[in-house]
Amino acid sequence: MSELLELAERLLERAHENEAMEIYLSRGVDTSVRAYEGAVENVTSASSSSVGVRVLQNGPGGARVGAAWAGSLDEHALADAITQARENVAFASEDEFMSFASPDGVSPAALNVTNDAVATTPIDDKINLALDLERRVRLGDARVRKVESANYSDYLAEAAIISTSGIRASWSRSGAYVSTSVIAHDDERDHTGWGLSAGRAPEELDLARAASDAIDRATRMLGAVKPRTMKCAAVFDPRTTATLLAVLGGAASGDAVGRGRSFFAGRLGEVVASPLVTLVDDPTDPRHFAASSFDGEGLACRRTVLIERGELRGLVYDTHSARRAGTTSTGGALRAGAAGTPTAGCRALQLLAGEDDAASILRQVGEGVYVTSLMGIHSGVSPVSGDFSVGVTGLMIREGQLAEPIREVTVASTLQRMLLDVTHVGSDLEWLPGNAAGQTLAIAELTVAGA
Amino acid sequence: MGLAEAQADPTSLARMTITGSDHDLVSADLVERTLNEILGRGADFAEVFVEDRTTSLATLDQRQVDGLSSGRDRGAGIRVVVGDTTGFAHTADLSDAGLRAAALAASSVARGGGGGVREIALGERRNFTTAADVDPSSVEKSRKIEVLRRADDAARSEGAAITQVQVALADSTRRFLVANSEGVWASDRQLRTRLNISCVASGDGGLQTGFRPIAATRGFEVLSPDAVDTAARGAARQALTKLDARPAPSGDLPVVLASGSGGILFHEACGHGLEADAIAKSASVYAGKVGQRVASELVTLVDDGTVAGEWGYLALDDEGHESSRNVLIENGVLTDYMWDYLRARRAGRTASANGRRQSYQHLPMVRMTNTYLLAGDADADEIVAQTPYGVYVAQLGGGQVNTATGNFVFGTTAAFLIENGRLTAPLRDCNLIGNGPEILTRVDAVAGDFSMTPGTCGKDGQQVPVGCGQATMRLSSITVGGAAA
Repeated sequence: MSELLELAERLLERAHENEAMEIYLSRGVDTSVRAYEGAVENVTSASSSSVGVRVLQNGPGGARVGAAWAGSLDEHALADAITQARENVAFASEDEFMSFASPDGVSPAALNVTNDAVATTPIDDKINLALDLERRVRLGDARVRKVESANYSDYLAEAAIISTSGIRASWSRSGAYVSTSVIAHDDERDHTGWGLSAGRAPEELDLARAASDAIDRATRMLGAVKPRTMKCAAVFDPRTTATLLAVLGGAASGDAVGRGRSFFAGRLGEVVASPLVTLVDDPTDPRHFAASSFDGEGLACRRTVLIERGELRGLVYDTHSARRAGTTSTGGALRAGAAGTPTAGCRALQLLAGEDDAASILRQVGEGVYVTSLMGIHSGVSPVSGDFSVGVTGLMIREGQLAEPIREVTVASTLQRMLLDVTHVGSDLEWLPGNAAGQTLAIAELTVAGA
Repeated sequence: MGLAEAQADPTSLARMTITGSDHDLVSADLVERTLNEILGRGADFAEVFVEDRTTSLATLDQRQVDGLSSGRDRGAGIRVVVGDTTGFAHTADLSDAGLRAAALAASSVARGGGGGVREIALGERRNFTTAADVDPSSVEKSRKIEVLRRADDAARSEGAAITQVQVALADSTRRFLVANSEGVWASDRQLRTRLNISCVASGDGGLQTGFRPIAATRGFEVLSPDAVDTAARGAARQALTKLDARPAPSGDLPVVLASGSGGILFHEACGHGLEADAIAKSASVYAGKVGQRVASELVTLVDDGTVAGEWGYLALDDEGHESSRNVLIENGVLTDYMWDYLRARRAGRTASANGRRQSYQHLPMVRMTNTYLLAGDADADEIVAQTPYGVYVAQLGGGQVNTATGNFVFGTTAAFLIENGRLTAPLRDCNLIGNGPEILTRVDAVAGDFSMTPGTCGKDGQQVPVGCGQATMRLSSITVGGAAA
């Protein structure tokens, strides 16, 4: 049994008879290194731990919950969190759908998402990864004017959830990343590109790929022009597609739908997308960086089909949103650390791969824009209304081939319309950090605003 | 329970003794020993930052109080600079052993350093505290619930088409101590209070959203019944108005930005590009342009941490420097950048008190405080009246910039078409896109109706509270990213 789980069990003994209690504990170590112009700019190493407590009391009209958290596992912090959570209960409304999760018999997927090499690799080796990456980018292409940043970072974390309603879960995970941002210059302007490689441990990182990705993305923008305003097809590259899926995932939360804050509200069973679209959330797929055995309430994560051949088939639920919808949790609770309370959300989105690779899709699309980076997702895309307007950089598609680079334009539509307008889903699935994988995705028509 | 006493009487902090007090998070003696231990390992610069933050959050959704959540984060961040390299470590363990371990970890970059002979003796600590009439820690939790309910009722009173109202009330008390090897030894106690009201309106055309914040570096007094009602009704009306909205136009158009949130334009179009870390790496389109004309002569832009009560107000930055008012652009000419300690030291100049960090777990970096455009002398109504066709942006929701290219976006949350000098159809939300240096030259009118708006600024994964401000103003042309052809 993990040490954290033992501590959590001892804390749970402090629950009073007339209340239910849930304890979430986490701790971890992390490192980050930034290289700049052949030297180390900074090195951060840290350990942290935290506790989140929820106390629940049942009343005639439903349950009330109070919560508290602290960024420490020392006895004073733990005792204080329990006291505060208990004190907060009295101020909540009674909620007929409120309940802690109870074991539901679903077995957690056996995943190995932890590699202790994160903790055992000497700091000098990590520093060298950042330096090596910086050197590769700086010397990789004469058109590179500046390596704005070259970073290595990693973490090793463990967590436990335990409750008086029978939940008892613990898990650990690790991650290691390198990323770099590069500036290339043409006669008139700077252009930037960003590259990344991610794994569970330092040895899984592909520095060459991160470097060449950043360089290619910056240098292919050289000479970019601002095109005229027009309506045309848009092809999103795997990375930008993953960002779009993450927004859609927000709309497929059972909590957002149940609270009337999603354009999917009231549409279960209806056609919401092109028949080419099958979207699943599957944290049990070990290829996904966000793969997880347990959700934020300690239930087993599981595969949920959200859209099947264009039809809205399901949503992800945590316990509360499931009870409101008259169903059961899909193991879809997300929890933003100890300070967050569980809420339903997608963790590992994946669009079922299509038949065509990127080159074939470009050929079939013929004319349009190829989108390689997005800007202003948080200010221009709403999973409530579905309104969609984002700044992009990319390239024109002419006669089925990538043509001149474009800058300082927006593409706009609505998410509802875009889902119906999907014409191609690529076969080139890419596993990316974050909550969605991505592949090439073609949309029949968007408004491109330029000069 | 030193902190509870201090909170009961905020003024007592300003008179705190500097050693061994129950009020202290760590003793001055321990801070001094830690600094000297780091210097002894050959560091050029050492800093100890100790923070204790309590947060309280109350939320209401679907007419129900979801509940209260209380949190506390306490720990120390230790920064060591050797040459051009910074080492950083943080710990939640404020004991002698905890600080020593963090100091050792942060000092690992000092290997090869010559074993220093410098020692620092801390003098008298300078102490600051946010002025507040009603300290949030003294407010009964039931009063917070009343505010949530009041906002909910006020929003729903705007009409039955308001189908969802979500209200969140957050307050925080952030105490920190900072000391460094150059003699900085200071503390601040910052209070912040924020109420967010989000509404959803439902109509035949689907759902639309409205949002209004009240946020101040003040106490509970900012949540007066009138202020809460006004904000809640404003959020509701914004959602209701958009039910009839049409897709925004697309392409280059004149755009009038209403007073307040339009300041986000400057935050993105040039604010981030004037931060000295981007300048030092020549990753900003404004590098090397001090003394040059970079904007219309109507543009005088200031970053000012001293505006008491505003969301970006601070008495001290997170490196222990007293906040100041810094003119960045004067009548269109670039006058200065924003600086933190490290970049200022390398440039051989003084910092401008723009060194900020999200928490003790983060390295400080150059950040904005309250960034605003000075008011002009045009009339706001006249600016609209003199615009034959364009877009009027009543409220902006946020934005993003790439400092290296200067390209930036900002998104509308309330906008109208201008036709023949009058506001006509409401428009659906969209982003506007432009290039900073080009857009700054297109400011062709600035009115006198100045106001500020609060925001949360994210950079390299760190979030800090900032203010933005301007008076009603016009851009002769910018690309509007709507879905209409």
